[in-house]
Amino acid sequence: MPTPNTPLWEVFIRSRNGLSHRHAGSLHAADATLALQAARDLYTRRGEGLSLWVVPSSAIVASDPQDKGMMFEPTASKIYRHPTFYDIPDEVGHM
Amino acid sequence: MYTQALNQRGEGDERLLEDAAALERFQARIDAEERIEPNDWMPAQYRRTLTRQISQHAHSEIIGMQPEGNWITRAPSLRRKAALLAKIQDECGHGLYLYAAAETLGTSREELLDQLHSGRAKYSSIFNYPTLTWADMGTIGWLVDGAAIMNQIPLCRCSYGPYARAMIRVCKEESFHQRQGYEIMLALSRGNDEQKAMAQDALNRWWWPCLMMFGPPDTASQHSDASMRWKIKRFSNDELRQKFIDATVPQAHFLGLTIPDPELRCVDGHWQHGPLDWDEFARVIAGHGQCNRDRMAVRRRAHAEGEWVREAAAAFAAKHSAQLAAE
Ligand SMILES: [Fe+2]
Ligand SMILES: [Fe+2]
Repeated sequence: MPTPNTPLWEVFIRSRNGLSHRHAGSLHAADATLALQAARDLYTRRGEGLSLWVVPSSAIVASDPQDKGMMFEPTASKIYRHPTFYDIPDEVGHM
Repeated sequence: MYTQALNQRGEGDERLLEDAAALERFQARIDAEERIEPNDWMPAQYRRTLTRQISQHAHSEIIGMQPEGNWITRAPSLRRKAALLAKIQDECGHGLYLYAAAETLGTSREELLDQLHSGRAKYSSIFNYPTLTWADMGTIGWLVDGAAIMNQIPLCRCSYGPYARAMIRVCKEESFHQRQGYEIMLALSRGNDEQKAMAQDALNRWWWPCLMMFGPPDTASQHSDASMRWKIKRFSNDELRQKFIDATVPQAHFLGLTIPDPELRCVDGHWQHGPLDWDEFARVIAGHGQCNRDRMAVRRRAHAEGEWVREAAAAFAAKHSAQLAAE
């Protein structure tokens, strides 16, 4: 009997305390314990991290690149969300 | 216009089905140096070209563990043994990063491995040469990894995001591979006459196969046109080969070794080489190199012998998730 395809996991690494976990790549493993083991062997052979997360790839919900305009464009037109939109006289000093 | 460059057979119908406007938008993104990500629209041939290239690259990394694995138990010191083990483990890792990148294009790793095991997929010709002496470990690190670096550095800017990111990781690790190899060559070339002869013999056997790692000459290369236009490839085979020769000839001279090419000469700062044996290259690619059968047999056996482990891990995971569901 051929083994079913081994599940895919996404690997996130915190490289230093104070930084957030960042996506490092993916790997295949039958379960979470093996995924963590494999992530350690595959992605942290040279002191790349202090903490690892593994997440089943199937658990990730992603936005559709086709909807990029609808999703993200409106923020570009709201320039009043940025501090430089507001005029403050120089005499006031740094604000 | 996009239709003219795609001159591979059997692609015609597919191109007609693809929206010309979408193809144009795609090319514009490439021209603007944007990266293409897995869920983005891409031409079917872009997907197929990359799947083939990335999976062949992955196969090369894992088959490439074999020639060096041959010397782990006979490394001359603990220092050399530890370095060789670490290097081979890196190559396995490179294979895994690359399979993961290839999978983002929609073909599973199981299917890609099956293509290798059934002989439908190829891997680099270089790994079908035997490793006869310890000096081969030095030469492989110095020249084979050296050639791989030449090839991989431009791939860090490949238009396909996951491939480019995998290459960045790989390139960071490769420089240790090349340095440990050159250090082995330095030790041998500063050793006794027998050791020097061993280093020279290894260079004599590996030099030409290493030059052929860059693939057929530009005049005969099939895949280059579309790959260049899509910025999968940034330099032609001959350009990369020239860079490699210019970098490594002085390194050989520093070792006091002779490049086994009587026609080698320096013209305007570039080293010009004699003719390469492309018949040999074709034979090795077609499966008739010295070690092809051996490499494939070892690979298939390793896969078959791992079957029960994969089965057990899957059964264990299934049992646990059933227990969790019952609680
Ligand atoms: Fe590698
Ligand atoms: Fe390497």
